Amino acid sequence: MLTIGREIVDAIVAHARRDHPDEACGIVAGPIGSDLPLRHVPMDNAERSPTFYRFDSTEQLRVWNEMDDRDEEPIVIYHSHTATEAAPSPTDVAIAGYPDSHYLLVSTREPESAEIRSFRIVDRTVTEEPVRIVDASVDPAAVTTYMFGQSPTTVDYECSA
Amino acid sequence: MAIEVRIPTILRSYTGGAKAVEGTGDTIADLLTDLDSRYAGLRGRLITEQGTLHRFVNVYVNDEDVRFLGALDAKLNDGDAVTILPAVAGGAFAFAAAAALAATR
Repeated sequence: MLTIGREIVDAIVAHARRDHPDEACGIVAGPIGSDLPLRHVPMDNAERSPTFYRFDSTEQLRVWNEMDDRDEEPIVIYHSHTATEAAPSPTDVAIAGYPDSHYLLVSTREPESAEIRSFRIVDRTVTEEPVRIVDASVDPAAVTTYMFGQSPTTVDYECSA
Repeated sequence: MAIEVRIPTILRSYTGGAKAVEGTGDTIADLLTDLDSRYAGLRGRLITEQGTLHRFVNVYVNDEDVRFLGALDAKLNDGDAVTILPAVAGGAFAFAAAAALAATR
């Protein structure tokens, strides 16, 4: 299961809407081993394409070095599909190189509602997982408190599989 | 001549779990051959059967993408740092094109 703050989801959807009809992409970093996506980093789609995305290699190294300095890892790797469902394409699966990350997909094909789904992709095997969106205060550190200390309002997106 | 090479998680099965290893070589191609002599199979994950760098692997020398430095012919000097990162890419394009890409792995 992916547990993620509503503000981060809103920011990812806003990024996807902004770049529509091109695909948008980025990561959400978090402390190594925490499984907590806390720091949203929108990335450039070097392809600027409605059907393909690729992190700019120079920007990717800068962001990855930043994570190293902060003892973080890419908890979530996201991109949008702008005309199809929020599920990994064969291309996504063939290229996926981060077995420890949640692959979050957003579909912006409907103008009023965004479809959000999350997957693990390990050795070309795709497993869908539920997404639990957690309401949190503006302070990202408070996400932890809300998730483990209190009873937050949650929305569970169940897997269709 | 020692070059430090940072290994991404997905390739650490080849390095016994090590996040960074040392190697030698005057070019990236030489370095990968040297590494493969100790970490068998690593080179095959980075180089295609045609002998070029895989399209979805990024290799950097001192923070510069080797694609801007001559790719596998990029020159190395003692003390250089090499980083290997899987590219992050994909998208909703045609199945046939995806299958062709997958076949290059």
